[in-house]
Amino acid sequence: MNIGLRPLVLAYDSTTGFLRFLGELAYLTGDAAAGVRRSLFNKQGRRLGWANLWEQMNRVGVRSIPIVFLVLFCIGAILALQMAPILRQYGAANRVADIIAIAVGRELGPLVSAIVLTGFAGASIAAELGTMVVSEEIEALEAQAIDPVRFLVVPRMLATTIMMVCISVVGDLAGGLGGMTTANFFFGVSPTMYVHHSFDALVLKDFITGLVKASVFGLVISALACRLGLAVQGGAQGVGAATTRTVVLTIVGLIFVDLIFTAVFYYLGW
Amino acid sequence: MVNSVSEPIIQVIDASKRFDGRVVLDNVRLDVMRGETLVILGGSGSGKSTLLRLMIGNVLCDGGHIEAFGKCLRDMTPSEMDDYHRSVGVLFQSGAMFNSMSVADNVALPLREHTDLPESTIEIMVKIKLELVGLRQHADKMPAMLSGGMKKRAGLARAIALDPKILFYDEPSAGLDPVTSAEIDHLIMDLNKKLGVTSVVVTHEMDSAFRIADRMVLLDRGRFMAEGTPDEMRNHKDPLVHQFVFGLAQGPLTDRRRAGGYEEDLLGSPGGY
Repeated sequence: MNIGLRPLVLAYDSTTGFLRFLGELAYLTGDAAAGVRRSLFNKQGRRLGWANLWEQMNRVGVRSIPIVFLVLFCIGAILALQMAPILRQYGAANRVADIIAIAVGRELGPLVSAIVLTGFAGASIAAELGTMVVSEEIEALEAQAIDPVRFLVVPRMLATTIMMVCISVVGDLAGGLGGMTTANFFFGVSPTMYVHHSFDALVLKDFITGLVKASVFGLVISALACRLGLAVQGGAQGVGAATTRTVVLTIVGLIFVDLIFTAVFYYLGW
Repeated sequence: MVNSVSEPIIQVIDASKRFDGRVVLDNVRLDVMRGETLVILGGSGSGKSTLLRLMIGNVLCDGGHIEAFGKCLRDMTPSEMDDYHRSVGVLFQSGAMFNSMSVADNVALPLREHTDLPESTIEIMVKIKLELVGLRQHADKMPAMLSGGMKKRAGLARAIALDPKILFYDEPSAGLDPVTSAEIDHLIMDLNKKLGVTSVVVTHEMDSAFRIADRMVLLDRGRFMAEGTPDEMRNHKDPLVHQFVFGLAQGPLTDRRRAGGYEEDLLGSPGGY
């Protein structure tokens, strides 16, 4: 090959590879969306579908609540410590509540919760499905006429999306609580004043845009984890590689999706 | 065991399969007769496991076709393929138990998924299947707590949960000690007799193959090599078949592995420097 053409060929291969990956991801997500009805309401699959969904919601969401609470509480406290001294110079220390409410409600609550969930659920879903591929469990499901997408992917995607919204609410509250505690302890802002300012600053639209983001983040985390987990090749090493790729790609994906959302909301004036 | 006038239940007609341009199966043709135990033999990389997957329908062949119950697998609609999968059972090499479920839940899975039976009936059926493979006492254990042989028996209980007409076994004695291996063989024969199923067994363990086979087929590098009853295979004239069947260290199989380029590999090709 002409050495001058090599970068072009590499760029072409990477682009087509990336587009193919996105196509496969979209196909899996579409397949899972189509499988929701079959999984939860059809005679075939219903008996296990609800049980699977419940189990996954518990595994993905409930266990990550304490860590999301702790992280967002700290972020609320950090924001208060960073912002309040500057605001105090203008005699507006209690306006720290406004900033934290908007920053956490619109942005940091969903995003940080999603990043925590990536480590919690994304990595574990990818590792679990990858191990199932390696130990022939996926093939065994197919050989028993059980669709792996309906049986494994649907409950995981649905559970992650639902729980991501719930966890995001917990994260919003924890961020507010962290900010309030710090503002009260260090800057003498009374809790009543803090809550009052928070509700003044945060209109319902802010809260809802945060939750919309959270649901899409949940979909991104689970779709990537399922896709990369099911594509594992090459034994334990492949499982490890898929888990790492899941965490890295998901975090990049989350930031990118967040950027698009923020741009769209800005454009729409929300 | 095999009825002399029995008809083929699976027909493999000139099946070929490639992976990444490499030919894994090359025009293989064979019939599986109703009620028999057919053993597919072959060394590592001979394509026997691929042939099994083609017959199961998890992988489709590139050339030729496979008919099961008189219907071509490639032409089956998804729902017909589901029906076919419900009428066969597969024991995978590792047992392929679902590690997040107990042994009983593993066996109950196909029943819960494909039938409307009440839980009480499913529980009884699970006990019956586990008793058949001698694992009733271990119903509540998780797969990680089972030994290799027990995992295979549990996999077998799950494979027979829906009373299949055909049972596929992928290396049932691989990685097992001789006694456990013999136990699994007897279980295969026992199930064949009790349930009247047709069995297709892929293996390279000759002791096990001779114990269970009604008929044997030998594959070599993706090609059909020989076919016959255990006695016919023992007395086969082809030196390659003879070497494989008796597990000899000398013969055409080992000669061809040694062929070619060792000196050049060690010393570099002439004029290389």
